[in-house]
Formats: sequence, structure tokens, C-alpha cells
Amino acid sequence: MPLLGKQTWQFHSQPVLLSSAAVVGPKEGAGPLGAEFDACEKDPYVGQESWEKAERRLFEMACQMAVQKAGIAESAVDVLYGGDLLNQIISANFAARTLSVPFLGLFGACSTSMESLALAAMTVDAGFANYALAATSSHNSTAERQFRYPTEYGGQKPPSSQCTVTGAGAGLVAKTGSGPRLTHATIGKVVDMGITSPFEMGPAMAPAAVDTITQHFQDTGRTPEDYDLIVTGDLARIGHKIATELFEEQGIFLGDKFKDCGILIFDPDQAEVFSGGSGCACCATVTYGHLMKRMAKGELDRILVCATGALLSPLSNQQGESIPCVAHCVAFERGEGQ
Amino acid sequence: MTFDLTFLWAFLVGGGICVIGQLMLDLTKLTPAHVMTILVCSGAVLDGFGLYEPLIKFAGAGASVPITSFGNALVHGAMAEAEQNGIIGIITGIFEVTSAGVSAAIVFSFFAAMLFRAKG
Repeated sequence: MPLLGKQTWQFHSQPVLLSSAAVVGPKEGAGPLGAEFDACEKDPYVGQESWEKAERRLFEMACQMAVQKAGIAESAVDVLYGGDLLNQIISANFAARTLSVPFLGLFGACSTSMESLALAAMTVDAGFANYALAATSSHNSTAERQFRYPTEYGGQKPPSSQCTVTGAGAGLVAKTGSGPRLTHATIGKVVDMGITSPFEMGPAMAPAAVDTITQHFQDTGRTPEDYDLIVTGDLARIGHKIATELFEEQGIFLGDKFKDCGILIFDPDQAEVFSGGSGCACCATVTYGHLMKRMAKGELDRILVCATGALLSPLSNQQGESIPCVAHCVAFERGEGQ
Repeated sequence: MTFDLTFLWAFLVGGGICVIGQLMLDLTKLTPAHVMTILVCSGAVLDGFGLYEPLIKFAGAGASVPITSFGNALVHGAMAEAEQNGIIGIITGIFEVTSAGVSAAIVFSFFAAMLFRAKG
């Protein structure tokens, strides 16, 4: 049975992540992982008129690069799962118009990277697609406008806040081929611990990440020892510390194995990165750029990536509601012939 | 050489108001919009008690440049109109003095938006 325990999907055919691509903006390019991304744009507008158009362009670039790397035609993509942070997920919708492939739009906030990958893997595993593309994007200035204050407003941000990553990541899942295998996905429940500040996303999302990862261990019977790395999406420094403590309360000690894409992507000394990175592209670019390269090099054999999403809207926030959060994780295994 | 103390008081009072705003941002969970509203309302309340004008006389630009002065101007205009035209003056007078500030914000931001582009 493909359903393991309560919330975990086991992909019996072990679909392959045939190729992946990560495109980022200037600040991410200047960060410690800069060399690992496929393209680092110097201009935050990516040659477009607005930041929204720039984000859309990044989404398209990541998808096109992933398809190109796999050596297939764009028309061979059977389905694209994608989403972003903007109202009506316009980055994904408009990029899908350009790409012209069958498209299913998703909103899982920053959890979209693993939500889309889990769905792509499920689709391929079930035989509904030969090639399924999963992609997501975010842009610092579009996210600021959407969720906090427009960049032009120049509002100060507290040190607990995070820096939305400008970029996009895409992964192409296929039935066969060489590349990391996708073995499991654990779909998270929405968890809300009552945090209301949009400047404290990491602490809000930490309990959701802990809930999903713990459930993954329960469902699969695996332990932290089975993984070389357990990586969360964008908890950043404050959220990562809280998650570590929550794991320890449950008697789970992850130690150095436990990383966070929001911490990896920026150097803490970079200007205005605050507690660390966030946004759909944070988990997507670090996973598809950095982590997949490490797997290909043979440094990592089995990893668990848990993308975390804060499911707030500006409206719910203005009405004083707390931030519901969700986390989804996907298990990657180094494939043969890699 | 004599040194005009107005500059010193302007620096200390204006800087003091900004320090209060910064402390509210750093020590509480208030958002920038909350802090701005609190400062505007404080200026309005102070003027209601007749305390803001003396502060402007004492510290000059130190009291008239920070956002608290906007609250002061709102109440000031309303009170002045009310004295002349009765209770309806409270409504018509609110933007009497502040219209300069509001119009300037619109006009200058229009030109700024025409000439410059945010870098992100």
C-alpha cells in the first residue's frame, strides 16, 4: 500500500529527480552558496519593468533550465505543479502561460517547493505522467509588498524578521533515468501556535516542521540515523533553535544533521538578512541547487527536506488572526549510476 | 562667538522624539504603522492641552519636523476653525494647516517616482 502510517506516501517505483535548476537574485548570488546556483541575476528586476514580472521571469527560467538539462523538449512535460506567494499565485500562473504545459497551481506558501515535488512524484509513480515538473518562486520586493510594507516605504524590520529569497527553483521528475530517487513524502497538518506577528515566521513555522518530521519517523519507522541530513525550508536562526528544542523535548536529538535552508543561503554578516532567508525560493533554490549537487558528488546518500509554509494572508493578519503553518517533507535517496 | 542654543534644543528635542519612536519599534511588537499613529496622536493630544506650541517655540524644527507635529497641526487647524465658524469648523479645519504637508507629500512623491526607481 502506498500510504504508510497516517500521513506518508511511499513511492514504490521510486521516481527520479532527473534534473533540477535554481536561479537567484543578487543577494543570494553573493551569499555562501552563490557558486552552486545555475544562474545569479545581477539585476533585481531581471531586465523587466516590475518586480512581479521579474519573479515570473525567474520562474520561467528555472523551469526552462530544468527541462533543458534533462535533454527533453518542453512539450514532453506532462504536468507542471507550481505556486508562489503572490495573490492568485500570478508568478506561477503567468509563467505557465509562457511554458504552455498542463498546469496545476498550488498555494502552500513557502511549503510549495516540497508540496509540488511530492505531487509530481506521486503523479509519476501512479503513471499519470512520464515527466512532471515542480517549480516555485519568490522575490524579496514582491513579498515585502504583499505581506509587509512595500520596499519603497523603507520601513525598519526587527532582527527577528527574515529576508525573502529572490529566485526560483524547478525539479523535473521522471519514471527512469539517472538522478536522486524520491522515496517518500510526508504531508503535514496545519499547526497554529498563536503567533500573530508577520515578522516572526520562523518561530510560527517551527512546530509545524517538528510535527511533520516526527510523523515521518513514526510512519516510516525510520530514525534520524537513517538520514545524512534533515533540512527545513525557512525557519532561519530563531525558528531553527526553537525546532531543535522542540525535538529535544520529544527525545529526538538531531545535532549537526539538522540544517535550515534559510540559514544556509545567506551569510549572517550580509546586510539585512536578519534571522535568515525565507520564501518559496529559499527551500527550492537550496534544495535544487546546493543539496542536489552535494548528492551528485556523493557527499550525501539520503536526505529529508521539509519545506515550511506560513499560511497567512495580509487580510487575516490585519484582522488580528494568528498564523497557521504547514510543513511537507520529501525523502531523497542517491540513485544508482549517479 | 555666541552660539544660538536653539540648534542644540532642536537637536535634543527632535532627536528625543525619534528615540522614543525607535524604542517603541525595538522594545515592543508595534509595527512601523502603529508607531507612526501613536506619535501623531501624541502630538494631537499634547496640542489639545496647549503643550505643543510652547515646545515648537522652544525647540523650533526639533518639534515641527517630526511626525508628532502633524498631529499638532491637525488639532490646531480644527480648533482655530472652530473658534471662527463654530462646531462645523472642527471638520473643515482638520486639513486647514496640514494641507501643505499632505499636498507636498503627494507632489514630491510624484516627482520622485518619475525620476527614480527603487533598487530593492
